[in-house]
Amino acid sequence: MTERKAKDGPDFERLFAVEHRTVSYVSGPLLVAERAGDAGYDEMVDVVTPAGETRRGQVLEVEGDKMVVQVLGGTRGLNRPGTTVRTTGEVAKTAVGPDLIGRILDGSGHPVDGGPPLQPAAYQSVNGQPLNPYARAHPSDFIETGISAIDGLNTLVRGQKLPIFGGFGLPAMELAAQIAESARVPGSGNEEVTDDFVVVFAAIGVTHREAAFFRRRFAGSAALERSILFLNLADDPTVERLLTPRAALTAAEYLAWEEGRHVLVILADVTNYCEALREVSAAREEIPGRRGYPGYMYTDLASLFERAGRVRGRSGSVTQLMILSMPDDDITHPIPDLTGYITEGQIVLSRELDRRGISPPIDVLPSLSRLMNAGVGAGKTREDHRAVADQLYAAFARGKELRSLVSIVGEQALSEEDRRNLAFAEDFEEQFVGQGPNRRTMEETLETAWRLLDRFSSGELKRIKPELIERYRSRATVSATQEEG
Amino acid sequence: MTEAVTPQTGLSRNGGPGAGSVWRVAGPVVVATGLKEARLYNVVYVGEARLPGEVIRIDGKRTVIQVYEDTSGIRVGEPVQDTGAPLQVELGPGLLGAIFDGTQRPLPAMAASNGDPYGAPTISRGVAIPALDRERLWDFVPAVSEGDEVVPGDLLGTVEETEALVHKVLVPHGVSGIVTGVTRGPARVEEPVVRVNGEPVAMMRRWPVREPRPTARRLDPEVPLVTGQRVVDTLFPVALGGTATIPGGFGTGKTVLEQSLARYSHADVVVYVGCGERGNELTEVLEEFPELVDPNTGAPLMQRTILIANTSNMPVAAREASIYTGITLAEYFRDQGYDVALMADSTSRWGEALREVSGRLEEMPAEEGYPAYLSTRLAEFYERAGSVVTLGKEGREGSVTVVGAVSPPGGDFSEPITQHTLRLAGTFWALDTSLARGRHFPAINWGTSYTLYELDAWFEREVREDWSEQRAWMQDLLQREGSLLEIVQLLGADALASPQRVVLAAGRLLREDFLQQSAFDEVDAYCALPKQYAMLRVIRAVHKALSAAVERGAPVEAASSVPAAGEVGRMRYWPDDEFEERAAALISRVEREMEELG
Ligand SMILES: Nc1ncnc2c1ncn2[C@@H]1O[C@H](COP(=O)(O)OP(=O)(O)O)[C@@H](O)[C@H]1O
Ligand SMILES: [Mg+2]
Repeated sequence: MTERKAKDGPDFERLFAVEHRTVSYVSGPLLVAERAGDAGYDEMVDVVTPAGETRRGQVLEVEGDKMVVQVLGGTRGLNRPGTTVRTTGEVAKTAVGPDLIGRILDGSGHPVDGGPPLQPAAYQSVNGQPLNPYARAHPSDFIETGISAIDGLNTLVRGQKLPIFGGFGLPAMELAAQIAESARVPGSGNEEVTDDFVVVFAAIGVTHREAAFFRRRFAGSAALERSILFLNLADDPTVERLLTPRAALTAAEYLAWEEGRHVLVILADVTNYCEALREVSAAREEIPGRRGYPGYMYTDLASLFERAGRVRGRSGSVTQLMILSMPDDDITHPIPDLTGYITEGQIVLSRELDRRGISPPIDVLPSLSRLMNAGVGAGKTREDHRAVADQLYAAFARGKELRSLVSIVGEQALSEEDRRNLAFAEDFEEQFVGQGPNRRTMEETLETAWRLLDRFSSGELKRIKPELIERYRSRATVSATQEEG
Repeated sequence: MTEAVTPQTGLSRNGGPGAGSVWRVAGPVVVATGLKEARLYNVVYVGEARLPGEVIRIDGKRTVIQVYEDTSGIRVGEPVQDTGAPLQVELGPGLLGAIFDGTQRPLPAMAASNGDPYGAPTISRGVAIPALDRERLWDFVPAVSEGDEVVPGDLLGTVEETEALVHKVLVPHGVSGIVTGVTRGPARVEEPVVRVNGEPVAMMRRWPVREPRPTARRLDPEVPLVTGQRVVDTLFPVALGGTATIPGGFGTGKTVLEQSLARYSHADVVVYVGCGERGNELTEVLEEFPELVDPNTGAPLMQRTILIANTSNMPVAAREASIYTGITLAEYFRDQGYDVALMADSTSRWGEALREVSGRLEEMPAEEGYPAYLSTRLAEFYERAGSVVTLGKEGREGSVTVVGAVSPPGGDFSEPITQHTLRLAGTFWALDTSLARGRHFPAINWGTSYTLYELDAWFEREVREDWSEQRAWMQDLLQREGSLLEIVQLLGADALASPQRVVLAAGRLLREDFLQQSAFDEVDAYCALPKQYAMLRVIRAVHKALSAAVERGAPVEAASSVPAAGEVGRMRYWPDDEFEERAAALISRVEREMEELG
């Protein structure tokens, strides 16, 4: 994909006089060019290889008459005397508009599906502009994913940014696809996903297998018609990965803010993005931060993730789900760590649950939705939602504690209440979290919760106010008996 | 240092002594040549787009500038203009209820476009809008008359800025003499309201953000900042004029705690600096605070609040400025004799901004890439907190309390920012990832947190004489519970004798029904001091009754699950006015039920 068809992008050549300059240094993904007088910081350049092929590059630094360029297409085959650099006078831009929907594009936004050329509504800077916090609307529309561990305990809302922390071999991609397929906003009147809902999938250094999985899932459900796929695959140039999520988010923002659509952006895999960032930083010989990642990685990731949200006076939204593979399953690794500091919570997958066959294998204790409070409660989900979630958490946390205790001292050392807690933890994982492939409505999720809590006396349900226990406990018991009978 | 009183600002002034040109651009750092008269921390304009920046180093002919806006597209050779003045904030009526970016640009005015208040939802470059509304009229009530002699800090007059707060217009620094003119009534911030020795003095003035505002003298911190958070007030209170730090990994509750303090603290003014964190968290404050009422004054909470926003996607250099902007505004209200609380979420992002800029300068790093001057900068910031007697004849007392969140990578407190901050802060609220995962909130670890302020005398005087005795009981019990839990982890609860199991039962009540406090429950979110005291008293009584029952031979398990014990967990929801009565009733119920056990 290193060759660029001028028709598909903005016509850079037309914009600025072509100028050639001397390349003095090539290393890793970088080159240094002399006589750079008119190059602007952060702008795009065309790097013309000795073979006459054009690759895109981005200016990382200008100093005097030198510029440092990162070559998106990689520096393979470049040499000093034969390579020239042409400035464009423009920062990186990408095509946006409804015409992108249904298309498959490469990691810089050019079609690779053999379809007709794009007819974009506009070309926009991939960097976007920071949203003014005053113009944001606080996200509060509950999205029903059909997954109890999310809907019940870590509720997702429109405009949220929520990563899925997985690990190699864990079904993070499946979970993301499941959410994308089944996400609906109750009360929006439409059971079916409508026109105003679009999925933008940005594959960042994923394998062909993973990309094929996603395409299949979407093509199979005819959902491709409301999705845009940006594909930078594992064997595509590394540095292009820095552009892919930005192009995808720019396309998403246009649909959300200009056309009022609800856009779900799936970025997979953030870890590959960060590796690319590290590679460029190392090539620039920058002082590394933790574990070799650059000190500005937080800011860089924030410049992507903060592009989720809602805006006052506009009806659309940009929701982000990011897939992130935790190196060594270590949540304190800089990539999940910095991500968790920026995103509005995280869904953490557990290898242990996966091995036990619990699906989806969501580890609820380290998982969190920071926007849950805004999305739940009377009039949104149900008045008992928050309290039930708190109670499930408290009981499960206690059960888990007891589980490690029991492994040392045996169950007989436990009190009556503790034994009930221990059994609760087991049932909770198998029945509440491990729902299997079935979708549950919010109501079903809460009923499942109440059935599991039924073993505790009202006094033990400290997190739930007596009125709510009164109102909802009996209902669950009644419907459970009816089911059995 | 003098407070400029003529209308000129570091950010909006045209021209200036010296023009140079861009030599190098790398991210937020620009190196210029030809700025012969540039001084450290002067504001300069960079490029055709006139992006504001600040001189951070002078290196021979090269001037290093951190630019407050995105530098994309800047070319070598573009002009750079020195304004000759350092970064300053505007001070005067109109600050309360406002939301500014890191260099004090008003975000609402920036979002408005063509009559639509949200017409321009993103922040575009090079927008210059003054912080204070130039057209708004304020009713100035003079406190001086012609012929009075005044010195800096003296009260010139007042403006009722909000329902709850009277804005005091003081004699600016560098101005003293005889009052030669006074104007009463509506005036704009730049219009002269008083003349001193013939010189006009307006309500608005400016102050360079990196310069602490002078005071007459410091006072010892003796009064707590009452927060309504049980674990804070009872165990680890911070003094008015003191400093507190909240380190914690992501999701441990830093922001929720900072916001709870902003809501419920007994402060006259709250400055909330969202530094390098989420945009939505500020939006939440903006949406909620106007609806909430300040429990002390009955006025909308937003009216005592100033928000400074440099969210994580806004330019890094302005992040560094945002902390200084915040503390300067706080000092300004302190000088009027108010108690100001400054919340900074998160100081780590500020430190990281320093690191990023330092990295681009290729400075020799100290630990983890941070510049060697990190600890000095942190100290300069935290030392601007304090309880003081202000300048001026009135001798007002005011304070700035600083509560800084810290975001240690991987939740590991051994990192430089946490460590340097610990040396400076008087109160340490250690947020604990395992408590947060178990949904124990606020996740303040009671074993490792501490306060260095000695405030017992105040609590004993203002709440109850045995406040500290009761707290000592609690601390002792929690500590004993902790040691016993370690034994249980090894040997099981069976290994414990009955009296020890009583300690476990009481410890659990303390943790679950006292230390835990939901920030999202309408009633529980704020707990008045008398209620905190009474809740502890109930738990203590339960403990006592439990011990007695067990001594008489009742099984611990049965005694700790009498129906009345279940009620203890509901105390938090009881309204303040019924509390005393219901607490007394509960205590006698617990005692009765335990006695009935035999
Ligand atoms: N006092 C509290 N009561 C209830 N929930 C809390 C409390 N403090 C924190 N939480 C929970 O923890 C989550 C993370 O808190 P937050 O303050 O955003 O963490 P941090 O700023 O440390 O990343 C919140 O979204 C909320 O669910
Ligand atoms: Mg936070």
